Amino acid sequence: MTADLGYGMTLVALGLAVYGGLAAGIGAKTGRLALVESAQHAALGVFALVTSCFALLTYAFLTFDFSVRYVATNTNLGTPFYYRITAVWGALEGSIILWSWMLALYTIILIVRHRVGARELYPWALATMLGILAFFLLVMTVAAPPFQRQTPVPPDGRGLNPLLEDTGMITHPVALYLGFTGFTVPFAFAMAALITGRIGDTWLALTRRWTIVAWYFLSLGLLIGGWWSYHVLGWGGYWAWDPVENAAFMPWLTGTAFLHSVMIQERRRMLRLWNISLVILTFGLTLFGTFLTRSGVIASVHAFTQGSIGILFLSFLALVLLTALGLVAWRWETIRSEGELDSVVSRESAFLLNNVLLVAAAFTVFFGTVFPLLSEAVRGVKVSVGAPFFNQVNIPLFLSLVFLMGVGPLIAWRRASLDNLKRNFLWPVALGIVAATAAFALGVRSFLAVLTFATTVFVAVTIAVDFTRATRARLRLGESLLPAMGRLLVRHNRRYGGFVVHLGILIIALGVMGSHAWSVQTETTLRRGETAELAGYRFRFNGLTAVEESNHFKVVGDFTVSNGRVLGVLRPAKKFYPQEQAPIAYVDYRLGLREDLYLVLGDFARDGSQATIKLQVNRLVSWIWIGGFVLTLGALLAILPERHKTA
Amino acid sequence: MKLWRWLIPLAAVPVLALLAYGFRVSPRDIPSPLVGRPAPGFALSTLDGAPMTLEGHRGKVLVLNFWASWCYPACYEEAPVLERNWRGYRDRGVVVVGVDIQDKREAAEKFVADFGLTFPIAQDLKGTVSVDYGVYGVPETFFVDRQGRIRVKHVGAVTDDVFRKAVDRLLAEAGAP
Amino acid sequence: MSRLIALLAAVIVLAATTLHASGQTAKPVSEDVVHEVAVQLRCVVCQNLSVADSPSEMASQMRAIIRERLAAGESPAEVQRYFVERYGEWILLAPPRRGFNLLVWLLPLAAVLVGLAAAALLIRRWTRRARTAPTSPVAVDAAMSERIRRELERES
Repeated sequence: MTADLGYGMTLVALGLAVYGGLAAGIGAKTGRLALVESAQHAALGVFALVTSCFALLTYAFLTFDFSVRYVATNTNLGTPFYYRITAVWGALEGSIILWSWMLALYTIILIVRHRVGARELYPWALATMLGILAFFLLVMTVAAPPFQRQTPVPPDGRGLNPLLEDTGMITHPVALYLGFTGFTVPFAFAMAALITGRIGDTWLALTRRWTIVAWYFLSLGLLIGGWWSYHVLGWGGYWAWDPVENAAFMPWLTGTAFLHSVMIQERRRMLRLWNISLVILTFGLTLFGTFLTRSGVIASVHAFTQGSIGILFLSFLALVLLTALGLVAWRWETIRSEGELDSVVSRESAFLLNNVLLVAAAFTVFFGTVFPLLSEAVRGVKVSVGAPFFNQVNIPLFLSLVFLMGVGPLIAWRRASLDNLKRNFLWPVALGIVAATAAFALGVRSFLAVLTFATTVFVAVTIAVDFTRATRARLRLGESLLPAMGRLLVRHNRRYGGFVVHLGILIIALGVMGSHAWSVQTETTLRRGETAELAGYRFRFNGLTAVEESNHFKVVGDFTVSNGRVLGVLRPAKKFYPQEQAPIAYVDYRLGLREDLYLVLGDFARDGSQATIKLQVNRLVSWIWIGGFVLTLGALLAILPERHKTA
Repeated sequence: MKLWRWLIPLAAVPVLALLAYGFRVSPRDIPSPLVGRPAPGFALSTLDGAPMTLEGHRGKVLVLNFWASWCYPACYEEAPVLERNWRGYRDRGVVVVGVDIQDKREAAEKFVADFGLTFPIAQDLKGTVSVDYGVYGVPETFFVDRQGRIRVKHVGAVTDDVFRKAVDRLLAEAGAP
Repeated sequence: MSRLIALLAAVIVLAATTLHASGQTAKPVSEDVVHEVAVQLRCVVCQNLSVADSPSEMASQMRAIIRERLAAGESPAEVQRYFVERYGEWILLAPPRRGFNLLVWLLPLAAVLVGLAAAALLIRRWTRRARTAPTSPVAVDAAMSERIRRELERES
């Protein structure tokens, strides 16, 4: 009953979306507003139906309705309440419904916000959104239906993948998908601009806030994914350059490039062709990401499943890329912009360099991800491309980008005079060199660590220079300190929001550097009562306990941690789920500002007399999460509605 | 510059073609460099305590099967196949040997008892043998000829068909050890 | 007598060096070296994790094998070769810089260079356009234009 109802709703939604897309398109072409309005109603209907499907599915999960196959596969009678809700998007079918729902939501917001303002572009943008929505609904109907009937109805379900029993499951996919789907809207407007030929700045102005929001959610999704990897997956790291991690990282890189180059188009009307191409590339990469995750073409931690869904996604990706890029080629002459620059040393050049580096990094990640496939196609030999490669090639690029973060905001538009350069960069460069020397003097010998530290100090000082100078200007006008700073942040929220985001990135950069350069680890086997030592910490093995939980059985190791005085007890565990073939290791950790203690339980003797453990002391990893928090504040500041700039 | 702009959409085509190629290959299918090379030696003891070495089977066709009790469903599917064919071929100069990896002894013994396996089975407790043979998952089966060379590596559950085809071919080869 | 002493000395030295050598081959291996080798190898049962990072049992066994071989005197390169001989190039987490694999190492670098070149060309076109654009100077008070310039610089 539930399954049939849900399936029926999906079909109707698909039909409405197809109708709406066509209606909006034809209405746009012929100028018949009635059709466009009809498309709006269709969109509303789609949103209502998809929401109902979502609600129905959640209800099925909450009531243990095992007549729905998706519910039976992803939950069982022992699954706790909150995980039953998050399990809704825990596997392939649910992820598609989540994606479709977000697309529908964004379509409604687009209608509400732009129905009146963007007369020319709006209908085509709506048509594009509905077309893309129709595709995902097609996938939901044909390839990954969440409402398939399970007959006979089993008495108990299989259960959720234990790795997904985590709070990260609530936020990570949601944030990530909000980011991915968020980039659909700028893409839709870019398509509208290309189709109508209005490739000026209107489409850009309309999508500015969408872009920041999408970019922010993508950043958040990536950071939460890193946190999840760190505290659940049990390998002591936050980023493995896994193909699906890369798939989310690539649109983030090109999205960041887009965020910056739009500023050049806004100020100087340059790079229009490039901006349109960037947004198409970003959206294409989000589709590529979903293709990678679901097609099984490249092995990955995340890979959901295979089958016809991969072919569907690849076909759609092909359709989107060829159409969009074809439109770019068609409009080539009209897009190319005129631009003037007085000097090579200018903000435009800095932003251009920023774009080159970001897109080059995206290309590196892309090529590294598909290279195993290429190698097999050409040589017939399988190779692996993993962390050692990506780290080696990308780190110089990222470091240069961090450096540019300091240069870009302060260097003058059009032409930076020597005076301008001296005024803005004297202190930052000087303090950067001091920082490098200090680091070296304090015993830091890793070249990369010294360089990273010096660069981050350089950028931090540029931000401080700008902020103090601007505050001082306001103080001269008679304001007092705190109101001056506050008003500065609010009046120029785009600029200072950007600065705060940059600050967040700096903190993250330091965290990454610390964890790479200074983390230590070891592996050892301990008998009961024995102690292992690492980096000044002592870990004493006290014994093992076996615990029976609602849906699994776990063995917990008891370790006392001390560094002179007792710090606490760590309890890494190994959980045995009946539906999983191998036990799952659960780390225990002790987070700190400077270092994290990380303990993984390996093999153990049945009687608890000995255990093998992997110990890690990770340095500065917490800075990554702190930086993420700062980044959030910056993004929120930047999204605030623009205040009229008075003195 | 007129026609060059069409290179932009065309540039997407080779990328899409490469991704489409991905459908034809499986990322988990790793070809073994050991096929055609001498089988690495091993010295283990069976669950009954008897010694089990590669050298001890020289001159016979050896079917070396890596398995685990937690490998469900594939190992469970192939266990009766192996037992059946072991009984059928053991008098023809073929020996089936099982190597159990990453298992506790009780689990291994239970598996053997459940399926009534009579061919020699040893546990590779340290994992050295499985690494020696380039094993990256279970089940994997190696068919070794009478001269001690690995001729076939089969990844996944062995079926009667696979077993017979490989073993018949190796038996047919004239072989002085 | 002196020859006997010389012979004795030689024997002692020989014995010492032999002892020293055998001591070397049996010395315990630092976990750091094991980690260095393990980080380059792919854990065969995981997706994309290194043998050093993976919490799986197989990886733990592989680390033990690395430790044993290093302790037996093999060099890290030899240990790596041992794994490659059994699993193929696939087991290395970064493709060896040889032959076709050079493509993955060099193409990103080429991309950066091409990007920089394109950017340079673009900037040159922009600056050249500015230079050749006809400039019609507007009569502005010198003090006013100086103040405007300073304001502009401060704004950006």
